[in-house]
Formats: sequence, structure tokens, C-alpha cells
Amino acid sequence: MNQEELNNKIAQIKDRLIEIEQPFDNRIYLTCEAQNSYDVSKFLFEDIGCRFVIATGIDSDNCFEVLYHYSYDQTGCVVTIKAIIRDRENPAIESIAPFLPGAEWIEREIHDIFGIEFKNHPDMRRLILSDDWPEGVYPMRKDLS
Amino acid sequence: MSWKIWALKKSPWVFHVNTGACNNCDIEIVNCLTPKFDIERFGMKLVGSPRHADALLVTGVVTRQAAPRLQEVYRQTAKPCVVFAIGACGCDKGIFTTGYHVVGPVDKIIREIDPNAIIAYVPGCPPKPEAIISGVVKALGVL
Amino acid sequence: MKKSVKKPVLAVGPFHPLQEEMEFFQLTVDGEIVTDIDVRISYNHRGIEKISESLQFDQVPFLVSRICGICSASHPLAYVNAVEEIAGVTPPDRALYVRVIINELERIHSHLLWVGLAGHFIGYDTVFMWAWKYREPVLDLLEEITGNRNNYGNVKVGGCREDIPNELKPKILKELDEIEKKTELLTKAVLDDPVLHARLKGVGILSKEAAVKYAVTGPTARGSGIAIDVRADDPYAAYDALDWNVISQPEGDVFAKAVVRLLETFESIKMVREALNKLPDGPITVEVKEIPPGEAVGHAEAPRGETFHYVRSDGGNRPVRHKVRAPSYVNVPSFKASCIGQHIADVTITLAAVDPCYSCTERLAVVDSRNNLVHDYNALLKLSRERTAQLRKELGVPKLKMEDLQIG
Repeated sequence: MNQEELNNKIAQIKDRLIEIEQPFDNRIYLTCEAQNSYDVSKFLFEDIGCRFVIATGIDSDNCFEVLYHYSYDQTGCVVTIKAIIRDRENPAIESIAPFLPGAEWIEREIHDIFGIEFKNHPDMRRLILSDDWPEGVYPMRKDLS
Repeated sequence: MSWKIWALKKSPWVFHVNTGACNNCDIEIVNCLTPKFDIERFGMKLVGSPRHADALLVTGVVTRQAAPRLQEVYRQTAKPCVVFAIGACGCDKGIFTTGYHVVGPVDKIIREIDPNAIIAYVPGCPPKPEAIISGVVKALGVL
Repeated sequence: MKKSVKKPVLAVGPFHPLQEEMEFFQLTVDGEIVTDIDVRISYNHRGIEKISESLQFDQVPFLVSRICGICSASHPLAYVNAVEEIAGVTPPDRALYVRVIINELERIHSHLLWVGLAGHFIGYDTVFMWAWKYREPVLDLLEEITGNRNNYGNVKVGGCREDIPNELKPKILKELDEIEKKTELLTKAVLDDPVLHARLKGVGILSKEAAVKYAVTGPTARGSGIAIDVRADDPYAAYDALDWNVISQPEGDVFAKAVVRLLETFESIKMVREALNKLPDGPITVEVKEIPPGEAVGHAEAPRGETFHYVRSDGGNRPVRHKVRAPSYVNVPSFKASCIGQHIADVTITLAAVDPCYSCTERLAVVDSRNNLVHDYNALLKLSRERTAQLRKELGVPKLKMEDLQIG
């Protein structure tokens, strides 16, 4: 589909979203609560056929964010889901790895460096931190400079 | 011991170890084998096991995960041996000095288990193959 | 290492015999067939994203070009693409063409490097020496333009640091002709050789469905019939002004990936020629005073696939968050799909076919452990080369045609 069709298709899930921003034709940001991000991801990957690129964890002072980046290669559009995790004490979000094996590693990495739990992840083991890295120390959190 | 040093100077067999590097130094080391630089004409050879090596070419910053493995490789290398810290990262962690997963540099990790280790430094980012060869030859000459 | 196994486990690591970096692969085997594969990475993790937050925006390119030595032009380019998007800045046209030239020269020497390594893994050391010899002129050109064989440091927010002097054009074009001739010889030798066909065809197949599920990019995807390429899909620099083709093959095996890389090298040579001939006059940089608050993504097609950077700014002079995704991070895990069912002699070439940029991800090493026996580096390399030798014998082909040629 072309870009306009893509925009229209994405609007179909706007009830799951807080906001849709499109600063350029080929850059779309979909903000949503953490509990909706699984459905939005599934929609982008399975219904639209976007390619999963990577996920970014962010420590945003009053919340955590997990950004899931997708690419719709036919139009060169990068669609980013911004999932807001409001619970800073026990940050958690549903894993998308069960339907997207390509996301397995990055969710493990974000768990290592931010301490965010990915529910129902098929294989949540340490990925990039060393065997002797202390538990509970999340190097990418802002309070650890 | 001195006959070993003599043999080492004559045709050093080197084992390459990467402890967390960007690959540039590693590729320049492998480049030394290729026709343009051709270290084999000096009798220098890249070997597949530290047990056969006279010298270790160590690249990288030494990450936390790699440190014990580097020490293990050093233990397995027959002595006497020379440790070459290759590149800015090997010499002093390069641009990754403040990395939370970086515990090096190479000399600190080696000296933890052998304070008398012989260590030579070949700086550069990456050092050109000519620099690596020249560094190895020079260091062995000084011995 | 797994202890509680009924079936023997092949532990591969932490010093890959065929690659230079440390990784730790575990393979579960049934006889000589791989039934599962796992990886322990961490050896190369340097905490780059955190370091980035402590650097100023214009210092970051020097950091990210050292993520990986042979994607060292692509990472800074993807990063500045993102920052320029936040700042609303477009570099001058001449800079866009210079960026293409540097990046395509890197692709040429990176692909030749891979062909050489692949040759070495399966026992064709002539291919290794040949490919690595003929990537040297490309490195020399890059050194003449940027001052370094690797880590060019040429990209900055707003343009380029060094220009390509017009007087250098004839030399670059002449070298390209020579490199093209040698690459043609190499390509012909690879594509025509019946032993290489037998050794690499049908080996390490990554199906299109698996390629999509593992979200692979670059030649790993294009070798499985997925014709994606950032240079065409979301053009940056001057790629949309040049005439070139996306190369893809449908078979998904190691041979297909080799073909993609070889044919792409010719496209790159074409692109450098065209970019040099079209190089517009003018400045190579615009001044960028500050980066406003905002966020953006930037990507570039590295030799291994898409490098993707996400940058967030709060208006200060450092990135608040900088996410780096190298292509190998998604390509490497696809080993799970392409290695299972393979003979252990084929695992190493299957791994290599993804051209893992170890630094980009982490590294993989292979140590054969079967019935608690540990094979060393030489044994695993030997397995792979013996396979090739066996095929040569069966096909009655004494040696590769290019082995008659002088490397000289």
C-alpha cells in the first residue's frame, strides 16, 4: 500500500492509542499505554506487514518508555510505538517475542540494562551483561551515572 | 630460558585475542598475513592456540565478561611470552574509558595474575599493519 | 556449558576459530546434525549507549564509528541522519555525494573481506589472499581521502569533515577500474566453480518466512528473496540521484548470500563512478549551532544490513538517549533458523554467511565438544575444509581455476 493507505490503516487502531504524531510523511510515532502496546505491535507486524527494527528502552524520570520501531519498507516509513510504563517500582510490559522471535534479544537486553520485566517472554535470561554483574543494578537508569 | 628468547626472536608465533574491540585492529592483524604485508616472510605466524604461541596480540578494552577469559589464555600460553596490547583500546581503553562494562586495559588485567608480565604497546586506531609488524619486531629486538 | 544432556553438546566459544572475536555458541547435536543452538554474548559489550549520553552531539560520530570497524562509515551516517532530522538541517549537495562515495568504498572492501574469509573457512586460501589483497587499494584510497584506512571520521552533523579534492578524481576512477577487473575474476571463479556450488548451495538455508520473523536485514535478507535496502526504501545522502539496482536472490542459502555480496560490489563500483562524475561544486558543510529538543530515527545501509539509530534531545548539547542497532543484532539470532538441521561441518560457514560484525553485536566462538571431548580450533576448521576436499574428490575437480593465477 502507499503512504496514504498506510496512514489510513494505522488510524484503524487509534482507539488503542493516546496520540498519533507524523512529523514527516515517513515518520510516525504512536504513543500508547503499556498495556496496549502488544496489540498495536501485532497489528503493525501481522496486519500491515511492517518489519520489526529494534526496541529502545528509556528512563524518563516519571515513567519508563519502551519504543518499538518498525519499518514499512514499501514506502520507507518508520513507525515507532511509544509504550508508556507508569509504574516505576515494578515496570513491566507484555513481551512481543511469542509472535516475533526477532524481538527476543532486545527485550532481554532492555531487561538487563533497565530492569523492565517482559511478561511471557519465552527465554528471559541475561544477555549482554557479564556473568558476574550484580543483580538489581541497571546501568542505563538515570540514577546510575 | 635464553634459548627460548632466541627462538622467539627468530620466528615468533603469535596468538590473537580480542577482548572487546571494534574489529579494526583485528582485521589489521589478519591483514599482516596477506600478500601486501606478509608477516610469514619474517617467520611470524598466526597460530590457532595459545599453547603454541610466543606472543599474544591482544586487542580490545577488556570487557568485564572477557577479563577472566583473557587471564585464562595468558595462563595457557607457554612462558616466556610477550603480550602486545594493540591499538588505543588495548593500550588504554581508547574512547571507551568510561564504559560501565569495561574493566581493562590489557596490562592491568594481565598484571593481576602476573605482575612481571612482559607487555608491549602498539598504539593507533587502528595501528596500520606496518605499525603492528614494526612494533612486534622492535619489542622482540629489545628483548 | 550444558551438562545434563542426553545428546552431546557442541560448545562453540569463546574464541571463534574462524573469526577473530569472542563469543560463545552452544550447539546441541544428534550425531553430526545440529538440533538446537544458543549463544552467550557479552564479551564485546562496552556500554556505548551510556558513553554517548556523556558526549556532546558532535563528539558522538567518533564514538559510533568505533562500534564496528567495517561498518565505521555507516554508524556515524545513521546517527547524523537522525540528528539532522531533529535539527531540521540538510547538508549541502556536495556533502551528500561525498557521503555516498565513502560509504560505497567501505561496502566494496567489506564485501571483499567477507569473500576472503568465507574462502578461508571452506579451504580456499587462494580466495582469501586474493580478496584481501584486492581490498587494499580501496583502503589506500580511503586513507588518501580521509586520513585513515578505517575509522574515517568524515561525517559530522551538517555535512562532512573532509572534501574529496577534484584532483583526486582521476586516480580514484583508475583504481576502480582495476578493482572492478579483479572482482570480475573473483566473481567468475566463485560462480563457475562446481565444488563451490556443491559446498555452498542448499547449505544454511534461511527461509523467507523465518527471515521475516527474525527481522533480518542486508544481504542476509536479500539472499532470502526479501529485496529491502535502506538506500532504496528510505533514501538518504545522494542515493536517490544515482542509477543502481537492489540485488537479491531467492534461494536463502550461503551461495545466494555470496552472490548478493559479489554483485552488490559491482553496483557499489558503479555508484562511486557516477557520484564522482556528478559531484557538484560547493561547500561540504553547513553550520549547525544547536540541536533543539526533539527525537528522530536515522538509518543507513551498512555492508551487513540496516544500521538504525534513535536519538532524543532535550535542547542541551548531549543526547538524552541514543539507541544504536547494528545489523548483526537481528541477523545473528537467525542462526537458530538456518543452523538447525545442518551438519556440523557446515555450521561455521552458515554462521559466517550472515557476516556477523562481531563488534556490532557480540562475538561467537566455536569449540567442538562431543561426548565431552573438546576439539580445538584446528579441528573445527579441518571439518569444514575436509568437507570441501571430499566434494572436490567426488566431482573430480583438482583445484579452483584461480589457483593457477598469480597473486603476485
